[in-house]
Amino acid sequence: MALELDSITVRYGQTAAVSDVSLTVADGEVVALLGPSGCGKSTLLRTIAGLEKPSAGSVRWDGADLAGVPVHRREFGLVFQDGQLFPHRSVAGNVAFGLRMKKVERESRDKRVLSLLELVGLEGYADRRVTQLSGGEQQRVALARALAPSPRLLLLDEPLSALDRALREQLAVDLARLLREAQTTALVVTHDHDEAFTLADRVAIMSRGRIVQVGPPAEVWSSPVDVETAKFLGCNKFVPGSFVGLDVGRVGLRATALRVDPAGALEGVVLERVHRRDHVRLLVEIDGEEYEAVGPMSEIGDRVRLEIDLDGVARIG
Amino acid sequence: MLPLAFLGLFFAWPVLAIITLGLREGGVTTVLFAADTWELVGFTLGQALASTVVAVVAGLPVAFVLARCRIRGLGLVRAAVMVPFVLPTVVVGLAFRTFWPDGGVLPIVLANAFFNVAVVARTVGGLWAHTDRRAEDAARALGASRPRAFLSVVLPALAPAIGSAAAVVFLFCATSFGVVLVLGGSRYRTLETEIYLRTVELFDLSGAAALSLLQFVAVLAVLVLGALARRRRETALALRDREELARRPSGGEWYVVLAAFAVVVALLTPVVGLVTRSLSTRDGWSFAGYVALTTRGDRGTLAVTGIDAALNSVRTAFDATLVALVVGVFSAVVLVGLRRSGSRIAEVLDTALMLPLGVSAVTVGFGYLVTMDALPGDFRTSPLLVPLAQALVVTPLIVRMVLPVLRAVDERLRQAAATLGASPLRVWREVDLPLVGRSLVAAAGFGYVVALGEFGATSFLARPDAPTLPVVIARLMSRPGELNSQMAYAACALLMVVTVGCVLLIERLRVPSSGEF
Repeated sequence: MALELDSITVRYGQTAAVSDVSLTVADGEVVALLGPSGCGKSTLLRTIAGLEKPSAGSVRWDGADLAGVPVHRREFGLVFQDGQLFPHRSVAGNVAFGLRMKKVERESRDKRVLSLLELVGLEGYADRRVTQLSGGEQQRVALARALAPSPRLLLLDEPLSALDRALREQLAVDLARLLREAQTTALVVTHDHDEAFTLADRVAIMSRGRIVQVGPPAEVWSSPVDVETAKFLGCNKFVPGSFVGLDVGRVGLRATALRVDPAGALEGVVLERVHRRDHVRLLVEIDGEEYEAVGPMSEIGDRVRLEIDLDGVARIG
Repeated sequence: MLPLAFLGLFFAWPVLAIITLGLREGGVTTVLFAADTWELVGFTLGQALASTVVAVVAGLPVAFVLARCRIRGLGLVRAAVMVPFVLPTVVVGLAFRTFWPDGGVLPIVLANAFFNVAVVARTVGGLWAHTDRRAEDAARALGASRPRAFLSVVLPALAPAIGSAAAVVFLFCATSFGVVLVLGGSRYRTLETEIYLRTVELFDLSGAAALSLLQFVAVLAVLVLGALARRRRETALALRDREELARRPSGGEWYVVLAAFAVVVALLTPVVGLVTRSLSTRDGWSFAGYVALTTRGDRGTLAVTGIDAALNSVRTAFDATLVALVVGVFSAVVLVGLRRSGSRIAEVLDTALMLPLGVSAVTVGFGYLVTMDALPGDFRTSPLLVPLAQALVVTPLIVRMVLPVLRAVDERLRQAAATLGASPLRVWREVDLPLVGRSLVAAAGFGYVVALGEFGATSFLARPDAPTLPVVIARLMSRPGELNSQMAYAACALLMVVTVGCVLLIERLRVPSSGEF
């Protein structure tokens, strides 16, 4: 185990931002810390970086306690939400910063900078001023800067949240490829489950300062540990398993769980209709209960038949 | 601890010595019950209040233009407003005397205001530039007229800045020395000039000390009020949005722009008047005054030539700036560090560092005379005394200029450097220093100019054989002879040219909207 968090608690005065969190990240593994804003995930990340002191518990690397190791000796790279590039340095100057701190020779430093800029798709940007870059470009430079000194662990704090949607999705895919290719051990903090599932080998769900569930993305997605987690992961309706023909206690339904289909087993009345990017989302009434559903075009007031799609169903627990 | 030690040795001790002197000799009671003391206090506060009002009224339109308008000649406005603030007080006094040869209350008030328009324009303008324009737009969209929106949205947002600027201006005016001395003569006296007169001409040390004590109490009160206002302002600044672009003025705003330019013209008038006066004699245009700078004045008024005094000024101000820069930057770094760790001491230290700004330079100079005998070596006659006193006057200004910039360095930027392997010292060198570098240079230039023009403390401490230019000017003015006054005006013009040159240089280096002054 590369990184080990052993029952970490971080307090600000009376309130505990992080309570009793234990987590491990294996060598080369990418773990996402996923949770709503204010759940303590950024605080946890800052604690690992050494920017906050845990009030209890320990951060260990390969078994060695890091309590006495200051930020600049931990060799953990950190990428902020908004880049935080050094405005007085060029793109190359930013990327080279960590290498200079490690006293890497000029020649190999320059080579490393160029190869990293190529890696993040910014060839030829070396001499640009960072203030002239777009948000996406800045974030790529921030990533290159953090990767340059080959950190033992890469910490990413909402690395894509400040970007607009199209760019975010594109960069998430790029970032996932990059982390895999460089075989980087990384911990990503995000509140966006798409982002977490794209990037991570394992996902840890945080809620009110605690980790409530850890697992591979598919497992967390299909069986959230409780109703709250299920809600955070997009379930908006909770019904007995028998409703969808499963032999489990409770299941959560996402909108995609019900699909308009003439051959469907259920029947409902369309109450509302909203156009989304690639489908139509409906609110239908079935036996006096309201459900969300997706479907081909239908008019408000129509009686429609609905089929259950188990991909949209999450087992609770 | 270094800044505190410096403050303690070269500020607190002399001032305390004055206070005990005042208390011990029973001077306080005598002075407190004398009717003319209260007349003095009344006039001091009255003229300060009037000057503050004038400065605020004149400064607001300028603040608006600096913060909100995108028009040609903005750099010129900025520099023109700044020049009076750093002009030596004696020079300003003389400049106003070219228009009011007999002095009087009106020129005193106008001259004091003249100095401080810059403080109002810069302090208020600084906040104004960071205040989200959309609040005003929202008020307008909700049906408020332009003046209504200004009164109900903009003015309340600016109130803390106006309050703290007014407090500082009031302080400056209440302790203003050179201006009152030159324009008031013996008829109109404030606490500050009275302290000087009693010490230097009447040798009434205990009376002077008692008056210093009275002044110190008043200053402390105003400073505490100012600190409260500043605290409110900093919370306001924390709310600010990204600095938005200024736009071209429209409609009624042009009247404000016009008013601002009228203020600028009014500010430039005494300056132009002074230069004109330095070139005109009874016999027409002449460089006689400038030529006389190579001499010791009419019938040997001075112990050294004007040129020697000028060179001495340049050297002294350089030393003073160096000391002030070290102490000021160190204090600012400590203050920011303390504030980041959420310490309460930060606020106390912050206010303590402002004290020398408000305590009259005359009191400090007087205090040096009283205390410096006690130090090892012949400190009282040491050539270091003047630079140290000037450094004391300059340090608070440097702190005020560097502190906001230092504080504005994003903590996460420093953290990013740390995660990349930079030790705390390295972070300071690689991140903070390059980011505040320009404002450091600007602060140094600014401090240099202020030291160059410092008169209050210097007039006490400068030895006759090593006077600075402002001291020489005052001496020349106090002696009869046309050549003497001609020479004084020429010296003023010279001092002004140097000052303006420095200010223009600072303007080029200025980081947008940094610092208070």
